[in-house]
Amino acid sequence: MAIVKTERHPELPPPTTQTGVVGWLRENLFSSWLSSVLTIVAIYVAWQAMSSLISYSFINANFAGVSKEDCTGTGACWVFIKARFGQNMYGFYPEDERWRVNIGYVLGAVGLFLVLSDTMKSKKLPAIFLFGIYPVICYFLFFGGFGLSQVETSEWGGLFLTLVLASVSIFVALPLGIVLALGRRSEMPVVRMICVGFIELVRGVPLISVLFMASVMLPLFMPEGVNFDKLVRALVGMSLFSAAYMAEVVRGGLQAIPKGQLEAANSLGLGYWQSMGLIVLPQALKISIPAIVNTFIGLFKDTTLVSIVGLLDLLSVVKAGTTDKNWLGLATEGYVFVAATFWVFCFGMSRYSIWLENKLHTGHKR
Amino acid sequence: MSEAAMKQADSSAAIQLIGMHKWYGDFHVLRDINLTVERGEKIVVCGPSGSGKSTMIRCINRLEEHQQGQIIVDGIELTNDVKKIDEIRREVGMVFQHFNLFPHLTVLENCTLAPIWVRKTPKEEAIETAMKYLERVKIPEQANKYPGQLSGGQQQRVAIARSLCMNPRVMLFDEPTSALDPEMISEVLDTMISLAEEGMTMICVTHEMGFAKTVADRVIFMDAGEVIEQAPPEEFFDNPQSERTKLFLSQILHNA
Repeated sequence: MAIVKTERHPELPPPTTQTGVVGWLRENLFSSWLSSVLTIVAIYVAWQAMSSLISYSFINANFAGVSKEDCTGTGACWVFIKARFGQNMYGFYPEDERWRVNIGYVLGAVGLFLVLSDTMKSKKLPAIFLFGIYPVICYFLFFGGFGLSQVETSEWGGLFLTLVLASVSIFVALPLGIVLALGRRSEMPVVRMICVGFIELVRGVPLISVLFMASVMLPLFMPEGVNFDKLVRALVGMSLFSAAYMAEVVRGGLQAIPKGQLEAANSLGLGYWQSMGLIVLPQALKISIPAIVNTFIGLFKDTTLVSIVGLLDLLSVVKAGTTDKNWLGLATEGYVFVAATFWVFCFGMSRYSIWLENKLHTGHKR
Repeated sequence: MSEAAMKQADSSAAIQLIGMHKWYGDFHVLRDINLTVERGEKIVVCGPSGSGKSTMIRCINRLEEHQQGQIIVDGIELTNDVKKIDEIRREVGMVFQHFNLFPHLTVLENCTLAPIWVRKTPKEEAIETAMKYLERVKIPEQANKYPGQLSGGQQQRVAIARSLCMNPRVMLFDEPTSALDPEMISEVLDTMISLAEEGMTMICVTHEMGFAKTVADRVIFMDAGEVIEQAPPEEFFDNPQSERTKLFLSQILHNA
């Protein structure tokens, strides 16, 4: 006899123990005896660590005052950071000219926001501004010209210098890295050899030695009288170094795109650059976002290595401050401040990349 | 060769393959392929796996390079000249086994991309054309979805519409239904049949023998890189000449 089901089973809500706060806690934190113990131990350890960190940096910390003597509490002496804040932010950039840097920050922040966020429907104009006009404005704003007094790059420093180094290197490294990655996959042997040679050479040496070479050897290759700024030399070194890393990251993304995508693009009559620019790269870059941002974050932190060629980035300025005889013994505060500042920027990049990944997700998972 | 020269003079042919050979390294995959496809003609290519069917049609729009012989598409001979390759690719549409839709673009963007960038069609006009073809493949309501949100059959119909948006003179189908779930095959085949009825020149690599019987003007059987037999479908299925064709037909029709 055939068995036929005629009525549809009614839709029931899931059992309450599986949903809501209770369900979540039960499943994730207290699913077993061992898991419950681990949860409690972890909460205890986290509480211990956090409570002492919070009391050191906030509850028992000293905020008011002008000198070391004002720091009477048992916690951190933030007076030190406050007193030297200007130098930490701008290095030896003349105090009366620091508004120029601030304008640069504001313009950059606005441009960056318009390009990275979803507020503008077409990103063409903000992109032209940020990548075409903004660098020129910044050059004159920071360096001088058009009636603005000249500020030598040797006076630049602090967080300002760190941001200049990081943004210029990122700005150069990504496009250059993409070109190198495409070159490495090119069918033209000469192009391929040049790209492979460059990538493997640069990737195989430490950044410090690249900076040294850029600083010491670059002038030797230049004709007599041509002398690059020390900052420019460091920028060239860092950009080329990160471009080599970026190239490998992008290549990984390119290799993950099925061959069929390029074939489909070709069969529709799209040429090489159109196929790459419209079909392959958008997908390859999208899947490489985590790795690209990883490289950016690494690069951002590696800017501290420029102290080796005598540039005063945030870390070196703060470090110099700790040796000031009026503020001796406050190295911890200095390093905590530097660490926190770097963390804010890096965490921001990381969150942005997660937001971007979600935004670009179009319902196909690989 | 005199026969080949005669064929070459025949300018009404949509596609001509004359003494075409191809090697993968040392492996001789295609051997002396001679094939003329008239305008409006529908050709079904079948044969066992690895027989070179796909490779042959992929040579027609230069996704694969041939090493000897001539391929003439719409009067243009395929050489290393990139301009000619692009010219031919604009006129020859292709539908792939795995659809190869662009996953980062919506269905509509998939269809308008090539007309806008290759044919320089104004955007509004490209959208209009795309909607017309999406309606023809019966999925205009999916226009703003991403390919990943569609079923396999729908994706393949989008792929067909995407090719049609370039107004190709010839359509190549490379096993368009072999990656589909059984219940979705017929929707794709129906689209192809209606395309055939409108007079499109088509070359289909397929194992759908029902489709071959309905629309094909000629069935071509390939084995081990050679064209073994060509015949109109009635003759091909009812009275195959070669032993290899008979064996192949007995194997696939046994399951059907």
